[in-house]
Amino acid sequence: MSAVLDEPLQTIERPVPRSQRGPASTEVTTTYGMWLFLLSDIVMFAAFFAAFVVLREHTAGGPAGRDLFHRHTVLLETGCLLLSSFTCALQGIGVEYRNKRTTYMAAAATLILGAAFMFLELSEFMQMIADGAGPGRSAFLSGFFALVGLHGLHVACGMVWLLVMLAQVATLGFSPKVVRRLLCFSLFWHALDIVWVGVFTVVYLGAFA
Amino acid sequence: MKTDMQASRDDERPGASAELRTKLLKYTGGLLLSIILTGVSFWVSGTGAVWPGGVPVLLAALAIAQMGVHLLMFLHVSSGPESTNNIMSLAFGVFVVALVIFGSMVIMNSLDARMNDMPADARPDAHRMTMAPGG
Repeated sequence: MSAVLDEPLQTIERPVPRSQRGPASTEVTTTYGMWLFLLSDIVMFAAFFAAFVVLREHTAGGPAGRDLFHRHTVLLETGCLLLSSFTCALQGIGVEYRNKRTTYMAAAATLILGAAFMFLELSEFMQMIADGAGPGRSAFLSGFFALVGLHGLHVACGMVWLLVMLAQVATLGFSPKVVRRLLCFSLFWHALDIVWVGVFTVVYLGAFA
Repeated sequence: MKTDMQASRDDERPGASAELRTKLLKYTGGLLLSIILTGVSFWVSGTGAVWPGGVPVLLAALAIAQMGVHLLMFLHVSSGPESTNNIMSLAFGVFVVALVIFGSMVIMNSLDARMNDMPADARPDAHRMTMAPGG
């Protein structure tokens, strides 16, 4: 039916007006819903950023960021997340071409890089707490653990989500529902990377600047 | 199951391999750009070669550039008609984020400065002490 309609319109080179195209596809509306969720998530992060920035000088005589953070650890963490964003994009290509092998390989790389990030972050937290610089030490450290910990929690949840999605690909195949969920997952993972850019700039590099 | 996979592979559009190449180039470009921007950020914060007063501004500019790279290369934000709603809500999100962060900074810094300037008998905790003997 659409082929019959399209032919004469194409010969006079006039596209169908947007008002006559009918409702948007489910893919567009679903990713828009996910987009709204991500934006509200980022607004929540903004509140944590604001708290951290307000409290960063209030160390209560305790250690400041300059004494606690290691530049090379942060660089490694950033590298892990950037590469995992890339492998997540490769996974998207695998999904688009309905190629299970590419999807699994890219997802495994994403999971390994995410796990490496979590390991680095948790060992940093453990070291700080062992050195007496836990979240209860000063307002600065409360803000730090709340903000960076919230981001880490998001990464951990994202990894669980990815595992669930892999199980769905294995059992349900690339059904339209599964493909849409994978699309939402990649949006979530890339948005986390954007938040991390803010974290490493404001929290870590800002401590040395 | 097998036939489903076959069918979806058969109706691949012509020119799909060119599309695949553009996508791969886009993602690799995005990765390289963000590696470069991250590297410059770390260098700027560690070197003494940049005037200290300019470091925070430079770091902010680099971070915003990197967020832009992510939005364009990985989150596929574009000027196309399918993205109009996404861009409008993104603009609103950026507005709220800026309001929350800079609003908190301005208000809290101002309060902090006023509390420090306050004479000792005007502090909130002094109120109780001056009122107690009379009342």
